[in-house]
Amino acid sequence: MSYILESLRVMLGGAPRKPQPGDIPIEIKTIYKDKREEGLTKEDLLAAEEAHRGTGRHHRWLWRRWTTLVIVNILFVISYHFDVQLVEGALTASRVLGFHMADLNSALQVMLAYKHVVLNLVIGTSTVFVLWLLLGGRTFCSWVCPYHLVAEWAEHIHLWLAKKKIVKDHALNRRIRVVLYVLFALLALVSGYTVFETVSPTGILSRALIYGPGIALVWVGVLLLIEIFYSRRAWCRYMCPIGLTYGAVGLFSPVRVKYNVEACHHEGDCRKVCMVPHVLDVTIRGRALAMNTDIGSDCTRCGLCVDICPTHSLNFEVKGLSKFL
Amino acid sequence: MADKDKAVKKRKVPLSPKRRAQTRREFIRSSVMAAGVLGCSLLGFLPVVQGRSLRLRPPGAIKAPLDEEEFLAACIKCGQCVQVCPVEAIKLSDLDEGFGVGTPYIQARDQACDFSCDGLQCVLACPTGALTHELDFPADARMGFARLAAPSKCLALQGKGFKGQARGPDFEGILRYSEIDRWNPIPVADHPYDLEICDLCVRQCPIEMRITECAADEAKQQQSDQPLVAKKIGHECPPKHAIRLEPVASSGGTAKMKPVILDGCVGCGVCEMICPPEPPAIVIDIRVNTDTV
Repeated sequence: MSYILESLRVMLGGAPRKPQPGDIPIEIKTIYKDKREEGLTKEDLLAAEEAHRGTGRHHRWLWRRWTTLVIVNILFVISYHFDVQLVEGALTASRVLGFHMADLNSALQVMLAYKHVVLNLVIGTSTVFVLWLLLGGRTFCSWVCPYHLVAEWAEHIHLWLAKKKIVKDHALNRRIRVVLYVLFALLALVSGYTVFETVSPTGILSRALIYGPGIALVWVGVLLLIEIFYSRRAWCRYMCPIGLTYGAVGLFSPVRVKYNVEACHHEGDCRKVCMVPHVLDVTIRGRALAMNTDIGSDCTRCGLCVDICPTHSLNFEVKGLSKFL
Repeated sequence: MADKDKAVKKRKVPLSPKRRAQTRREFIRSSVMAAGVLGCSLLGFLPVVQGRSLRLRPPGAIKAPLDEEEFLAACIKCGQCVQVCPVEAIKLSDLDEGFGVGTPYIQARDQACDFSCDGLQCVLACPTGALTHELDFPADARMGFARLAAPSKCLALQGKGFKGQARGPDFEGILRYSEIDRWNPIPVADHPYDLEICDLCVRQCPIEMRITECAADEAKQQQSDQPLVAKKIGHECPPKHAIRLEPVASSGGTAKMKPVILDGCVGCGVCEMICPPEPPAIVIDIRVNTDTV
């Protein structure tokens, strides 16, 4: 219960809690103390990272994820162009082997605007809800959304330019996502138009892939330029209502990333690669309240932190199933 | 313990001027970005207000003439209707149509809906009811209404026949010609005509073709003593004619005929597609349908 509430609070824009030293159990305190006494030098940390890179496992989840994302989106494309009817439609709504699927956020927009729900939409929405409940919620973002992939590439350009001191990342307030979410919902309800769909890069890119490019891609380009030159991952991090919708589903999902404080070097590599680094605040020295902590549901389960961690302190887990895996 | 007191005290200290300025700047740029995204999305309202998003929609699109609000609201912009159309008549709108982005439309002159699928596949594919399931047969559709927009261009009105490919050799549109292949549409360019008087709009009208088929079925039925195999239901056989050629009084020797659009027209657009002259003599008016004309 506390996981859900705390996760929701942080997802809605709240700052992660900083525990007072008195809140930390004695056994965790001992771990921190032992680590301080061990006194790892910068060289030690770099050596650990080097050794980790040597294992060849530092891009394991990245490749799995990119492969999945590309395959899912290509399935849409070949289903249409070769008429094989595996996945008909686009990411907003589709039929997978004949079963209805509807993107939760698109379905919400339609329901609010049209104020009338047909059975097929109920079936499609419920199927997708259960699917992402089982798979982790925002897993949709990093494992399926085509915008996430191009934004990831744009992020590399941003980081390269930032390293050369050509651009600077301008952080935004995470609360604007909540504000936009509420406003888009209200706009759909009051205006009777699916206003958000007009600017949804997920829908635009998915349709462009399947049905051919159009001028709507200019908008996607604008977003990418903002992310490269002004604010790192601005759309996915601070604005996209789809992320918030799936994040809410993820609150109740058993698929999470688990942090184990014991071997952690607290060097912060995970927070540097993370798209939503506020969920990883627990990896800062002195923040953990228990040996194991579940990462909050704003996490997209992309696995970049799992990949980069030199001490295997971050891992995927399926609650209740970990015993059997 | 001393540590803890210090920490608590520290938190109560007001933010430094530098930190305050940082927070203020973050607030300003966050507000500007949010307002920007919201503003851009609301720009989508312009084409709708200006009526630029009005289009010939697939059969069953819920709409009152001049008001597509319900259709734009109900459509989830997935394109499943596009994928099932056997003649690939349905296209998706682009961002220049604002809130209409991703909604299906038909460019009748290029490729009209000829109801080749019989079962209204697009309607069946629609997951949200934007293409309403309330219609069962082509005759129930209300897409628009044909209009003889340029009578001077009409070949029949000039008493002319038509010979050759209706839209030239390079035209890519396809139609179903039942007498050639009941199930697979073929290119119009592969089906040249030789007509004494041009009656393409009547000849290719899906409603008229269906009425002819139904009449033939019925005649066959009456001839044979076999019991009824399948009873026709609903408007499977269109109850009303859609278009016919009527002779016009003329002084010269050539017989002149005028296409007259009738109550049965559903606005599918095949007449606009097949009409040989450029621009076509007959077009679909999307602002009216047979119930409102």
